[in-house]
Amino acid sequence: MITIKNLNASIDGKEILRGINLEVKAGEVHAIMGPNGSGKSTLSSVLAGREDYEITQGEVTFNGKELLEMSAEDRAREGLFLAFQYPVEIPGVSNINFLKTAINEIRAYHGKEEMPAKDFLALVKEKQKLVELDGKLTGRSVNEGFSGGEKKRNEIFQMAMLEPKLAILDETDSGLDIDALRIVASGVNKLKTKENAYIVITHYQRLLEHIVPDFVHILYKGKIVKSGGKELALELEEKGYDEIKKQFELVD
Amino acid sequence: MIVEKTHTAQLLIEKISSSAGKVNFINDTALTKALFFLEEKGIPTNKHEDYKYCNVDAILKKEFKNISQQFSEVKTISEYKLEDTITIVVVNGNYSEELSDKIILKGLHISAFNNADSETKQMIASIANVESDSFIALNTAFSGNGFHLQVQKNTALQIPIHILYINSVSAESIINTRNIIELQEGADATIIEHQINLSNAKAFTNFVSEKFLATNAKLECYTIQDEKENGYAVVTNQVKVSKHANYNNTTITLSGQLVRNNHNVVLADSNCEAHLNGLFKTNGTQLVDNHTLMDHQMPHCESNELYKGIIDDKSTGVFNGKIYVRKDAQKTNAYQSSKNILLSDDATINTKPQLEIYADDVKCSHGTSTGKIEEEAMFYLHARGIGKESAKKLLLNAFAGEVIDKIKIESLKNLVEQKLNLI
Ligand SMILES: Nc1ncnc2c1ncn2[C@@H]1O[C@H](COP(=O)(O)OP(=O)(O)O)[C@@H](O)[C@H]1O
Ligand SMILES: [Mg+2]
Repeated sequence: MITIKNLNASIDGKEILRGINLEVKAGEVHAIMGPNGSGKSTLSSVLAGREDYEITQGEVTFNGKELLEMSAEDRAREGLFLAFQYPVEIPGVSNINFLKTAINEIRAYHGKEEMPAKDFLALVKEKQKLVELDGKLTGRSVNEGFSGGEKKRNEIFQMAMLEPKLAILDETDSGLDIDALRIVASGVNKLKTKENAYIVITHYQRLLEHIVPDFVHILYKGKIVKSGGKELALELEEKGYDEIKKQFELVD
Repeated sequence: MIVEKTHTAQLLIEKISSSAGKVNFINDTALTKALFFLEEKGIPTNKHEDYKYCNVDAILKKEFKNISQQFSEVKTISEYKLEDTITIVVVNGNYSEELSDKIILKGLHISAFNNADSETKQMIASIANVESDSFIALNTAFSGNGFHLQVQKNTALQIPIHILYINSVSAESIINTRNIIELQEGADATIIEHQINLSNAKAFTNFVSEKFLATNAKLECYTIQDEKENGYAVVTNQVKVSKHANYNNTTITLSGQLVRNNHNVVLADSNCEAHLNGLFKTNGTQLVDNHTLMDHQMPHCESNELYKGIIDDKSTGVFNGKIYVRKDAQKTNAYQSSKNILLSDDATINTKPQLEIYADDVKCSHGTSTGKIEEEAMFYLHARGIGKESAKKLLLNAFAGEVIDKIKIESLKNLVEQKLNLI
């Protein structure tokens, strides 16, 4: 699905990602954990195609294509999805219009005609149920006036609508209460297939109780300092990040 | 203030007066004052505070060297009609009874200025003060044969009136268009004023409208400006709002090399309201300048202004909003907001709120914002597979929507959306 080799990225001359290596195969769930400021969102943004970062080294192949050569919109059209840590409010653009445009541009990219309005609305209804999103919200402007939890659920709703191959969930669990967390997790689990893959970024082990990862990676100071199975998340929860910090400060 | 004067006005007067018809509907005092004022003040340059960013004098000197007042005929207007409206047509400043719909609506009266009765004559130039602005003076001195539209006492017009001001000149010309819109006590009307330029030479429109809203009157007004690349326009609306009356205007500037709007609203009695909205989209080297004045003279009145600009290439937008709250105007609520998006590094916006408040118990606020298209929003849209063009359109449309949504006539809203081409 995606192969990241020695990815280095900086912003304003400041090195943030310092040699990331990661391979995610179809059907897998990878968790990335790490303290605040370790570069998790930067990695997500760089993969999704945000242009503020300078890629100083490395390469990323996504289903056989050079990901870093593509525009952000083409990455999305190729099946990459980022659930934002901080979803953006866009006043005046309705959720429905936004999603319809997205779906049809993705279809056009693959040489498909526009989705008939009837099918589109049926899809909206079906996927809304999946994340228990209030129908009223889809009629409003994108994320405008949504609560923190509603914004996160809206991200998963969009993911459900677009059916990506690889979804990166950047701290989708932060700011969610237990119920919302369960809704989001069960939505993700229902969407999981052998053909798609997830990178789940989180601080806490609690999300991983619901979305069980195949691999856990610990990101610290722009590097993956440790990888393991799902038990690594538990270990981290027990010992806390201080242990990691102590252990890897020396390597610096 | 000493304002340097040039000879542009004298030259204009010479060129226009030879071909202008005799204006018999403006009283001699106003006419004389107008000519004196023009002689004395000339056409404003950028040294004039109100025309700081809109040097009409320089534009006239550069673009209108060979004014020859040659007008073309307009034979048909059918393609400009809007469904379910009454069409009134003015060609090159002159009311055309022939092209206008023949109207028989109770309580609606329209008459050309050259048939004006003494009552109408008394209204002409009564609120647009010839000594307040050179363009009012110029128009007063050389006004075309405009019209007086009267909505009579307690008449609620069910059909919007669509006034087409069509300009068609075959050589550089100046057109002085003028009207009176009068809503008598308790009258209620919707009026679309639509400026269309079909000229194949440069046309300079100098438009003056005097609008009277009597007690309890309600006027919903739309100004659609489609002046094209060879169109230059100075548009003055002088509005008097009386007790419990309600004035609404939404001005959409679609095109025009120069469009200067002077929208002056006097809230002349208590408990009245005025709402001004504006939207313009410019490119090339266009200049769109919206000057507004909300003159709160009496207590318990409310005014609102929302002006939005989308400014591209090397074009320039100006918003200057004056709010006077006179000492008797206690309990005034006055709000003003100007928001702009610059689409290029060479685009310019000048915004200036001017609040002069002489009453102590009032609520006034103003806000302005200028920015580029938000990169965060752009990235969010891209991240969902939406390409550059569509993303830009979605965002600009959302920005413009706040003003476009004020248009309550569906056919007009569609026309504006299609002409703005943001969708
Ligand atoms: N736009 C930016 N400009 C400057 N520094 C940034 C920017 N974005 C992120 N950083 C810095 O990069 C580091 C990693 O940030 P981030 O990727 O958001 O971490 P995480 O998501 O793991 O908390 C932090 O030190 C942060 O301050
Ligand atoms: Mg983060």
